[in-house]
Amino acid sequence: MTENVHTGSIPDERPPSNTVGPIAWLRNNLFNSWYNALLTILIFYGLARAIPPLLDWLIFHANAIGTTPQECRANGGACWTFVSEKLRFILFGTFPYEQQWRPLVTIAIIIALVLVSCDRRFWKPWLGLAWVLGIAAVAILMWGGVFGLSYVENTLWGGLPLTLMLSVIGLSVAFPASILLALGRRSQLPAIRVVSVTYIELIRGVPLISLLFMASVMFPLFLPTGVNIDKLLRAQIAFIMFAAAYMAEAIRGGLQAIPKGQYEAADALGLNYWQAMRKIILPQALAISIPPLVNTFISFFKDTSLVIIIGLYDLLGTAKAALSDPAWRGFYREAYLFIGVIYWVFCFSMSKYSQKLERDLRRGHRR
Amino acid sequence: MASETRDTVRGAQGGSSFSLSDPTVRAVFYQVLVVGIVVAVGWYLIHNTLDNLSRRSIATGFGFLEREASFGIGESLIDYSPRDTYGRAFLVGVLNTLKVSVIGIILATVLGTLVGVARLSSNWLIAKIASTYVEIVRNIPPLLQLFFWYAIVSDSMPPVRQALNPIPGVFLSQRGLFVPVPVADPVWGEMGFALALAVIVAIFVHRWAKTRQARTGLPFPTGLTTLGLVIVFPLIAYIAGGAPTALDVPQLAGFNFRGGSVISPEFFAILTGLTVYTAAFIAEVVRSGIIAVNWGQTEAARALGLNSGRTLRLVVLPQALRVIVPPLTSQYLNLTKNSSLALAIGYPDLVSIANTTLNQTGQAIEGVAMIMGTYLTISLGISIFMNWYNKRIALVER
Repeated sequence: MTENVHTGSIPDERPPSNTVGPIAWLRNNLFNSWYNALLTILIFYGLARAIPPLLDWLIFHANAIGTTPQECRANGGACWTFVSEKLRFILFGTFPYEQQWRPLVTIAIIIALVLVSCDRRFWKPWLGLAWVLGIAAVAILMWGGVFGLSYVENTLWGGLPLTLMLSVIGLSVAFPASILLALGRRSQLPAIRVVSVTYIELIRGVPLISLLFMASVMFPLFLPTGVNIDKLLRAQIAFIMFAAAYMAEAIRGGLQAIPKGQYEAADALGLNYWQAMRKIILPQALAISIPPLVNTFISFFKDTSLVIIIGLYDLLGTAKAALSDPAWRGFYREAYLFIGVIYWVFCFSMSKYSQKLERDLRRGHRR
Repeated sequence: MASETRDTVRGAQGGSSFSLSDPTVRAVFYQVLVVGIVVAVGWYLIHNTLDNLSRRSIATGFGFLEREASFGIGESLIDYSPRDTYGRAFLVGVLNTLKVSVIGIILATVLGTLVGVARLSSNWLIAKIASTYVEIVRNIPPLLQLFFWYAIVSDSMPPVRQALNPIPGVFLSQRGLFVPVPVADPVWGEMGFALALAVIVAIFVHRWAKTRQARTGLPFPTGLTTLGLVIVFPLIAYIAGGAPTALDVPQLAGFNFRGGSVISPEFFAILTGLTVYTAAFIAEVVRSGIIAVNWGQTEAARALGLNSGRTLRLVVLPQALRVIVPPLTSQYLNLTKNSSLALAIGYPDLVSIANTTLNQTGQAIEGVAMIMGTYLTISLGISIFMNWYNKRIALVER
């Protein structure tokens, strides 16, 4: 009997190669049917044709920093000298050259504030104060005129600080306005509802360019004679008007998701309208509307590039201006690739953040 | 204690004739306040504007639309010359905007659907390529993409004199792609008539097939029949009309080509830019719509013996469309509004022509009002159409 009992260990059976391992992965993901196999082969062929020339242009055949434009043109590869030569102009615009540490610090402050605001542990009242102080510091750095900093006119501002300031200041001013608009749209009072709906739909129905036009050609007519506001501020106002309408719709989505019982409970506790909104409805509604709000932020950040049309030099504007230098004409691939990567890093990290936040918030709702 | 409370409540409600504690009074008060502020601000702005206009002696009103525009427009769907009025120039702009929006919406829908389905493909490579495309394109400003496309086209194309000539009659140069078009012929009208007839016949066939299937259960290839009718009827009209083959071939004349039809670099850039950008968003809409349909629906359809094509057409798509249509509408609206970026690369859309007009005439308010009015009308039109379509496919609940 005992001779049938196997003592000692049996060598491990290798898993069948057609269910696990790299070959199985290939079978399941690339060659699981005849047309997928065909497509895979076609795509590999296409990639093999496209990627080597691209890498060649980007890296292997590219011109090292320091070559002249003539050498670049003769060689044919990417000309990174263009980017290094024009780097400070593209990033900081026409800001006085020896003062350009100021816009650099501005960029750092804004990015730091945004990064801190991304962590939910820091969503405390002091964060609002930090923003106010940060924006004040940015204004002092950019304008100067105090603390021994020389005064810089805002017509000289440009590049990345302008893009960041237009979006960050635009969003932070538009946010409270959009809450009021969203509440107005959900209001019981017909006149207030009509005013809010008209504003929101009017703004959302027209392209941003027409609002910027309005800002550049009509705002001067709206003001009393003698009063004049500069182009940058007019563009900023147009952005705020635009962002408020879109953010109001995102917040309205959150408001609509709050069950009626919450409103009734607030009424039953004897809270008046503003108390109920501030203490019960808005905290829940805003949490729900954060992901769509971040999506609005992303599109708004991309839309700041439109200021080029009314003659302001944001990041895209400075890149285009750098391209119009006769000595460096024609290196548009390098210029657009460079600023495209900057825009992409900002937008992509925002969208990843919004997805993470969405997951976290959903986890909070799960029981 | 209780009566005291009741007294205070009554006192608060009815003590004086005007009290903000009374909900009705409060409602009226706040509404009057808000409307009052809106009217006051509006009046203030209008007052300033009229004041400024009279100071600069600019005449208000749309009278300038009757005046001669005296600027040329690169491309136009209708006859236009600089001798025409501003009104006609504006109409050219509106038509150009509609042209790029309509073609862009069609192409973006096709490309977006393909990419959206590709992201769900079981082929890992296809899914990765599709998601890379979406993640790159979505996160770069559309204006930057437009500049890029425009630079590519105007940089890589040869000058007019060395135009590429891949097929006889087709010329590719910096001025665009010139293709020959058939010369207008009366037979076109007859072909249109034949097409209308084919559509009517197809509708009858569709009805008959539906009742027959309801009665006998036998399916009828309605789609193929319709396709055949739509092709065969105009073809018969064409051959019966003598099959004219005259072509308007583009000829090099001076610094540009004459005749034929042209796809300008500006049009190509704005169309490609809008299509590529919007398709990335449409892909996400389509993908979420397909994911939203429970996998059990597909399994049930297969269990009923439907093949994969019919499963998609009869079971999955009708349910997915309910999720897809509302966000798709807003993407169509975005594309139409983004077509105003054409201004930046010189495609003569309505914003660009209105911009030229208001620079020449100084009629800023009228110009901006016309841009906004036109876009609002287009937006409203798309919304109404898509809402009608949405209602048609919406779930009919008992």
